[in-house]
Amino acid sequence: MKNLFKYTVRLADNSLILGHRLAENCSWGPYLEEDISVTNTSLDLLGQAEEFLIYAAEVENEGRTADDLAYKRPEIEYYNVQLTEQPNDDFAHIQARQFFMDAFNFYLYSALKNSSDSTIAAISAKSLKEVTYHLRRSSEWLIRLGKGTPESKERMQKAVNDLWQFTSELFEMDEVDEALISEGIAIDLKEIQKLWKNKITEIFKMADLTYPEGGYQATGSRKGYHTEYLGFILAEMQYLPRAYPTAKW
Amino acid sequence: MSNTDNQGPLWEVFTQKKAGLAFKHSGSVHAYDKNLAIEAARDLYTRRNEGIGLWVVKSENIVAVDPEDSESFFEPANDKIYRHPTFFEVPDGVKDM
Amino acid sequence: MSENIEKLEKQFQEKIDNEVKIEPRDWMPDGYRQHVVRQMSQHAHSEVIGMQPEGNWITRAPSLRAKKILLAKIQDEAGHGLYLYSAAETLGTSRDTFLQWLHEGKAKYSSIFNYPSLNWADMGAIGWLVDGAAIVNQVSLQKTSYGPYSRAMVRICKEESFHQRQGYEIMAKMMAGTKEQQQMAQDALNRFWWPSLMMFGPHDSDSTRSSKALKWKIKRETNDTLRKRFIDKTIPQAEFIGLKVPDPDAMLQPDGSYKTGAIDWEEFWNVVGGNGPCNKQRLDHHIKAHKDGKWVREACLAFAKNQN
Repeated sequence: MKNLFKYTVRLADNSLILGHRLAENCSWGPYLEEDISVTNTSLDLLGQAEEFLIYAAEVENEGRTADDLAYKRPEIEYYNVQLTEQPNDDFAHIQARQFFMDAFNFYLYSALKNSSDSTIAAISAKSLKEVTYHLRRSSEWLIRLGKGTPESKERMQKAVNDLWQFTSELFEMDEVDEALISEGIAIDLKEIQKLWKNKITEIFKMADLTYPEGGYQATGSRKGYHTEYLGFILAEMQYLPRAYPTAKW
Repeated sequence: MSNTDNQGPLWEVFTQKKAGLAFKHSGSVHAYDKNLAIEAARDLYTRRNEGIGLWVVKSENIVAVDPEDSESFFEPANDKIYRHPTFFEVPDGVKDM
Repeated sequence: MSENIEKLEKQFQEKIDNEVKIEPRDWMPDGYRQHVVRQMSQHAHSEVIGMQPEGNWITRAPSLRAKKILLAKIQDEAGHGLYLYSAAETLGTSRDTFLQWLHEGKAKYSSIFNYPSLNWADMGAIGWLVDGAAIVNQVSLQKTSYGPYSRAMVRICKEESFHQRQGYEIMAKMMAGTKEQQQMAQDALNRFWWPSLMMFGPHDSDSTRSSKALKWKIKRETNDTLRKRFIDKTIPQAEFIGLKVPDPDAMLQPDGSYKTGAIDWEEFWNVVGGNGPCNKQRLDHHIKAHKDGKWVREACLAFAKNQN
């Protein structure tokens, strides 16, 4: 049960932290329509996070609620990949981060919808529809910015290069994955990695972007180690429940 | 406005509420290209389950009747009441017509 | 020529008097056009600037449910701004121009958004009072004489109905909560009560543009009528959950309505004139977002051009 709990929380944390980052961007979009669209993506992700957390709380069965898990867990017990916590440096960074995650989530949920765990399968099937739309939009943005103006191309390439160091972590596996793969609950991320790489290569080609090679690759989120950003995200997010622990909101 | 920085052209949005129903005008969005237009329309006009079908068309492609022409366009239909079924008398007792 | 205009004006007023809606391509007096454009664009700006005080709490919303609701509500406001800009654009002014006027300080927005949101209960107070006041006004505006404005209002009213309820729910929850939560709720009401009453604009006797707007049925009811309607329904809602409006003169009258104290109009005109706590911050935020987005908009235009 510990493994299933950790696996579910991981799925939740990716959506929660990415959704939170997108929510931060509300009212900062380049034009009104885009502000509205980004908010939809954020709401989808927060919804997925909540469903996974509700299930995680149920699996854990120690009286914690989804909100307890979101609002009272310390950094070291957060398992989102570090890519999701990277800041909204500019619109290119937002879209590059989104595209890498959307492509990952698309193949992940495509596989997890057949998970032997019926709850994970059901949440994944629903999330897959949302993520399919997200991937459509973020792919288009990569192409649009990659082929827009010299400035947009430069910014898009820089965003891709900057965030590249956080992409290997998406496919890291540990004993949790191994145990659950054997039960048919989890899936082998090595398989997802191939599909992901193909997708990235395809879109980069359409966007005239260069595929980054080599360099440092971050690791650690499987053990709760993060970039410095997560601490600030949680400090803000958890402020009220931690400052007023007996209050109900 | 500047040719290199603006909100893009205006598009009119039409939504279909249920299969079989006619598409209805919902409003408009600004968008730079077709993909952005249909996505902006989806994200704004169907977020409360308002539609299962969606059309967008550039506003400049819509042809409308000038209000000055409305008399000559529409009033001639007023006295053609024989186009409506209620105009005709059917003998009492006839069914299914 | 002037005879012709007189005739057109007479026909126009007859349409208004007969409750026939005015459509974009219909003839209309210049004054009517200007008034409608100004009112719709200010209304649109208010929705868009109104995203900021609530946006200030998105990252600190205290539960997953609260976070989703707040985000959805702010998104609605962006949407309503969009409906209204589109309605205003039907009279020939582009959204780019409206934004330019906003950034140059030529266009106003509701002064309520120039107050800061300082604690979580402010999310309750804004939904309950600010949206509550806006709804009173917007329900009335569904019958406005300009067709596109009226249609935008119908859609907006449909969507807004959840906003006030969610605000009141936050207040009710906090009043049923800890002492600290109750203090936050009362504090939020104290700060937002008077600015909400000011949202309806100056007293009828001091409202310079009102008479024309009423004659043309752009506005359907006077500022004081709408304000009174809001006061009479809101004070009992406050009392029901144990809140007290910050007005020592507020008193229930035998006919069931409320007598209230004098509004500080000097404060109102100061904030309208640019000297409110957040005027600069709100405008700077919008200008910065617009500037930061310039390269994205340019890329979109260049990309679209190359596609054709």
